[in-house]
Amino acid sequence: MIAPLKDITPAERARSTSFNEASARTRLELLLDAGSFVEFIGPEQREVSPHLKIFDLPEQFDDGIVVGRGNLDGSPVFVAAQEGRFMGGAFGEVHGAKLTGLLRAARQIGSIPVLILFDTGGVRLQEANAGELAIAEIMRAVMEARSAGVKVIGLIGGRSGCYGGGGLIAGCCSALAVSEPGRIAVSGPEVIETNRGVEEFDSRDRALVWRTMGGKHRRLLGAADVFADDNVQDFREAARELLRLVGPFSLDRLRAEQERLAQRLRRFGACEDAVDIWTEEGIPDAETVPELPADQFVALANRIGRTSRDAR
Amino acid sequence: MEDLSFRHPVRSRADGARRSAIIGVVASGNLEVLVERVLPDAECAIEIRTVAVGFGDVWSAVIGDFVERYSPGGLKFSINDGGARPDTVSLRLAQAVRLIAENGQ
Amino acid sequence: MTTWENNRSARDARIAAGASLANGKVVETQDVTRLLEAVLRPGDRVCLEGDNQKQADLLSRALLAIDVSKVNDLHMVQSGVVLPEHLDLFDRGVAKRLDYAYSGPQSARIARMLFGGKIELGAVHTYLELFARYFIDLTPNVALIAAVSADRDGNLYTGPNTEDTPTVVEATAFKDGVVIAQVNEIVETVPRVDIPADRVHFIVRADKPFFVEPLFTRDPAAITEGQILTAMLAIKGVYAPYGVQRLNHGIGFSTAAIELLLPTFGERLGLKGRIATHFALNPHPALIPAIESGWVRQIHSFGSEVGMDDYIRARSDVYFTGPDGSLRSNRAFCQTAGLYACDMFIGSTLQIDLQGNSSTVTTSRIAGFGGAPNMGADARGRRHPSEPWLRAGAEADPDGSALMRRGRKLVVQIGETFGDKNVPLFVEKLDAIELAEKLKLDLAPVMIYGDDVTHVVTEEGVANLLLCRTAQEREQAIRGVAGYTDVGRRRDHGMVSRLRERGVIRRPEDLGINPLDADRSLLAARSIKDLVRWSGGLYAPPSKFRNW
Repeated sequence: MIAPLKDITPAERARSTSFNEASARTRLELLLDAGSFVEFIGPEQREVSPHLKIFDLPEQFDDGIVVGRGNLDGSPVFVAAQEGRFMGGAFGEVHGAKLTGLLRAARQIGSIPVLILFDTGGVRLQEANAGELAIAEIMRAVMEARSAGVKVIGLIGGRSGCYGGGGLIAGCCSALAVSEPGRIAVSGPEVIETNRGVEEFDSRDRALVWRTMGGKHRRLLGAADVFADDNVQDFREAARELLRLVGPFSLDRLRAEQERLAQRLRRFGACEDAVDIWTEEGIPDAETVPELPADQFVALANRIGRTSRDAR
Repeated sequence: MEDLSFRHPVRSRADGARRSAIIGVVASGNLEVLVERVLPDAECAIEIRTVAVGFGDVWSAVIGDFVERYSPGGLKFSINDGGARPDTVSLRLAQAVRLIAENGQ
Repeated sequence: MTTWENNRSARDARIAAGASLANGKVVETQDVTRLLEAVLRPGDRVCLEGDNQKQADLLSRALLAIDVSKVNDLHMVQSGVVLPEHLDLFDRGVAKRLDYAYSGPQSARIARMLFGGKIELGAVHTYLELFARYFIDLTPNVALIAAVSADRDGNLYTGPNTEDTPTVVEATAFKDGVVIAQVNEIVETVPRVDIPADRVHFIVRADKPFFVEPLFTRDPAAITEGQILTAMLAIKGVYAPYGVQRLNHGIGFSTAAIELLLPTFGERLGLKGRIATHFALNPHPALIPAIESGWVRQIHSFGSEVGMDDYIRARSDVYFTGPDGSLRSNRAFCQTAGLYACDMFIGSTLQIDLQGNSSTVTTSRIAGFGGAPNMGADARGRRHPSEPWLRAGAEADPDGSALMRRGRKLVVQIGETFGDKNVPLFVEKLDAIELAEKLKLDLAPVMIYGDDVTHVVTEEGVANLLLCRTAQEREQAIRGVAGYTDVGRRRDHGMVSRLRERGVIRRPEDLGINPLDADRSLLAARSIKDLVRWSGGLYAPPSKFRNW
């Protein structure tokens, strides 16, 4: 929590940098081996959205996503990082195409894994059709890459969470790491409240939002495989761990994932609140889970052991 | 949206060898500055696209002070602005100059 | 024959009328409106307790439901007009006249009702000023107050949010008035006696705890680089040279940034123990890292803050606590402490003019004054010396006799040159003047008068107005830190650079600060979660500030 000084090592800087607060570019810089990142279609190429001008909205030179390659412990990886502050990290035509292209390149090469740093509210309203198409293309590209033997790892801990089409893509990944402030869902809190009423879901009750969609709950449910503390170094270590753990992809694995989800629904389908699920899991004082420090939570989650390493 | 463009003669070339750098994001009250080393040493240019219409004279004052203070010779700045305050603009421009002076690509 | 106990007899008659609805002093929730109809008389002066934090919300609703043919034209004398019900009273004709101090969330509606003639306005006060008038010419006939718990005799525990209650009760109960309290629960024995039973005539159990607004919580995640730079300038350019130890902070993000820079930037400057040791201040969560790092010796508070109770309880060396261990706040005493025992006030505002006058009034909003004018004013009755006070006095009058020269309280306005939605902080003419003209007020609602202001701090620099010798110098000193606002761009560059040479204006580089170093990594806590960690899990922030 104390300010870093200039002469610290990259690992120390990554440890003291909040993943949640960092920009997409800072996340990549500190996640990868120092100086190894090379960007594809960088901002100087000005591949901006063709749609935003029509709506008199400002563009961003990278259209809100940074894609490229770099090294993790000396081994090559492809990376994509969404910038959650530009239009809520939402998918548009160019934004989506950059990720699709990266995944297709990974499929062709076959041996280089992909890390996707999600930070998105879903599809950009102003380019909805192109954005929805992009989501479908990316989901297909993820599955094709995985079928070709590529590990696709999602890292989720940004301020915009991983919502809408982002949540669908995350569900297609080989494995996910999530931090406490990270959120994963399809419908966002405001969408649920608008459609089902404030009695169903009070989007301003942030404790409710996080215990329903937040990182700790997603880890306990097995939707995410690893829980990272909110700093870039922890995400780097989580990515390393997942790359080591993820096994080969096959139809059997998909069937196992389907069975895991069905079983989860049978077991917890009647629960009204996340706390009920945690209690059902046998967690003592389940209501204190949101207050647990990261190390204690990781110990608890490992004891519960509900991950999907035999599935996905 | 409004497009603004400024060109200034400058005393000296900006430090460093990096070809380009980018800082900031386009969000409400924020901006991104893409800086590229593409101009003759005695010139600098600033191209702006901003959501805040009608503040040309404020931009002119901010950029005049910036050029006077940092002498960014040889640099072209391209700005996408989400309605940032003048002090935020000054800060991002200074950060861009610092970043392109660092080592790296 | 002259009788001298009319008021007492009237009070006894009111209590007798209410007694038929009570069991002892206890009145059931569904009978509250009838109780008020029995006790109140048309035209009564009524204090409906509520300020910028806690609210007697059950009693507000009960009063609003009253039969207007029985009770009407009340004169409300209350700190805060905060709940919608407070203004509904005037729409319904229950109340007619208003004297108040603060209207925060109702500031737009109160302005409309004043324009529309729905409210007969007495005056807008500071808290301390209204409290003073409770004892002179605005003494309530009936006080409707809020407490945490009561025993059957009527002893009240007001809890951490004691705030205005002792003052309101003192003025009402000792001048033949009736005191009615809403409490969250009725208990065998109260944890501590904040209000003795013989000053309380009726108690009502509320169906839910009284409302408290978490007004003093600033999320570190929202602090900008500009605010950090401004905070660095304040610490190095004002706190350090004067050695300010006793002070009050406003509630803005700039002062929250200062609180979060003490254990980092302040520590590196070697200022620990030399500045910011004693506060008149609410329990700001942003101050937790400084407290935990050993910067802060003592804090007295106006009120409490939601989520801070357990932390305060565990830090009784720092806060004022009762025999039960919980915080005891007291607005009147803390305002007095801020006025007389602090050497500095630092806070932000919405508008500053060329003379340094400031106001939070805009033409469509009347937010009231609250406590800031008392904090941000030189106390002419002060007689005890202190280093910062004497030094400020000497700067203002270098040729005066040291023994006869008054000291000066440091009154510092801090802010960014452009505020929310790029609205400039500096203006040629305050909106408050326009409003006063429109409403035909005798006095424009000025929050802090320019002649009390000693420093203006923005991201462009520090202006020390104590060193200005003429009105023209003062104007140029203000223009000289007004950045790219119209006021700032119309500066006389020659004069501003002469002021800088004299140290009247000090830029970041004059103070050895590089604006590029103003980075969020300097903050001791960058999120609410960090504050929870610093507190060892004792701080329990309200749900709206969480991201976990």
